[in-house]
Amino acid sequence: MVDALHALAWAPFEQFGFMRRALAGSLALAVSCGPLGVFLVLRRLSLMGDALSHAILPGVAAGFLFAGLSVGAMTLGGVATGLAVALLAGGVARATPLHEDASFAAFYLIALALGVLLVSLRGSSVDVLHVLFGTVLGLDDAALRLVAGVSAATLLALAAGYRLLVAECLDPGFLRSVGGPGTLAHLGLLALSVLNLVAGFQVLGTMMAVGIMMLPAASVRFWVRTLDRQLALSSLLGAASCYAGLLFSYHLNVPASPAIILCAGAVYAASLLCGPRGGLLARRFSRPAAAILQGDVK
Amino acid sequence: MPADAAIAMRDLDLGWGGRVVLRGVSGVFERGSLTAVVGPNGAGKSTLIQALAGALQPLAGSIRVAPGLESSIGWLPQASRLDRSFPVRVIDLVSLGAWRRVGAWQRLPDAERERAMQCLARVGMAERARNLIGELSGGQLQRALFARLMMQDAAVMLLDEPFAAIDEATSALLMDMVRAWHEAGRTVIAVLHDLDLVRSRFPAAVLLAGRVLAWGPPAQALAEDRLQRARAAVASW
Repeated sequence: MVDALHALAWAPFEQFGFMRRALAGSLALAVSCGPLGVFLVLRRLSLMGDALSHAILPGVAAGFLFAGLSVGAMTLGGVATGLAVALLAGGVARATPLHEDASFAAFYLIALALGVLLVSLRGSSVDVLHVLFGTVLGLDDAALRLVAGVSAATLLALAAGYRLLVAECLDPGFLRSVGGPGTLAHLGLLALSVLNLVAGFQVLGTMMAVGIMMLPAASVRFWVRTLDRQLALSSLLGAASCYAGLLFSYHLNVPASPAIILCAGAVYAASLLCGPRGGLLARRFSRPAAAILQGDVK
Repeated sequence: MPADAAIAMRDLDLGWGGRVVLRGVSGVFERGSLTAVVGPNGAGKSTLIQALAGALQPLAGSIRVAPGLESSIGWLPQASRLDRSFPVRVIDLVSLGAWRRVGAWQRLPDAERERAMQCLARVGMAERARNLIGELSGGQLQRALFARLMMQDAAVMLLDEPFAAIDEATSALLMDMVRAWHEAGRTVIAVLHDLDLVRSRFPAAVLLAGRVLAWGPPAQALAEDRLQRARAAVASW
């Protein structure tokens, strides 16, 4: 029994270095992406993460076009176009009647098309798949260092700017009225998102990286009430999804990146259904009590 | 600006998304004054308060704050602006009132936390300090926002519909606090809908309807013919 459990849950990581590297890289990513996703959800920027994940694609593709599968070139390119789209979309929203979400949608669709075009100029369809869906089972030292560095920097930035981010997400108008740096908080949040998505594309690919950011973040409020606990649990759920996804990928011989995101999706579905704080089952069974309190049920 | 002015406005145009909501506002809120801002829905009352609070940039004209008071403006926004599902405790919401003293980057000092507890106790909410804001009733949330305003310890208090959708006991408690601030020499400007309250408790009123229709003692500023003009002006838009 113990041997079977060991073979199922730990032996792949013991036997294969690429599995250990995949676990280390994806855990580092999940630990920082989860809390970042929680702040994006609270700031009602959930779909911005998706838009930014597409926005980094042309930069990554340009890096690939000029330097091949080089972590440094693709990272620099991704950060550049991700930040450019974030600033452009924000600028257009402020200068015109277009809302920021519509402005983001326009720019990310252009970016996505441009990115795919650029990758296909030089690479094969296999290269396109690498960029879109990651190479978590083939992480090299440079990619691991990048992910670990971005993860550590993100956690430090979130810790240092915690009060600022809470104030900006809770009551941005009040923050402006007391002279707080609301714009810095907003841009900082977007910049950290871009950095994590660029690091994430090494691991999960540009299309999937946003999943490990948003799915745990959307799950946590069904389990815990306070922000500090939601931040911690988002990291934990993301890490668990990575671990489970890698095992599914290994045992069932399916691609790792979608397996990880599907595990995060399963956690979300379970939270939606079974979460004690607003989950569908909890609401179903607590409704009679609420009705009695309101005098609807005699 | 006049020596006794707390805030002076000149030819002020205010609006959102390129649309002018309030046009050509000029006038002075004197130091230590207690002024009600009234008008029909859509008249520009909240827009004016947000501009005075620094949360909205004027489209044209200027707002000048007396030297020394620039960083001493407290703002009570409409409670409905807050996302009630935000997972933050009441004590943390109130502690935001210490922002100008604490800033963005340091941990909240124990003394400020203690002060926040005292402010909560003043509005009868000490036992709710560790509740999430989503667990409060409308009146309790308004009390918590008053506690945050007290934390700001500002010389100029801007209140946006402070008594909307709350029970009478809470209204009476909060109105007494407004009177106490006024008697302590603070400048108080409040957006209100209850004209009887304005007539009985406020020495001055500003009537808005896309512009300033009247400014002075409520008996004159809120005369029936002026109120009808205000309603007609907003209805014609």
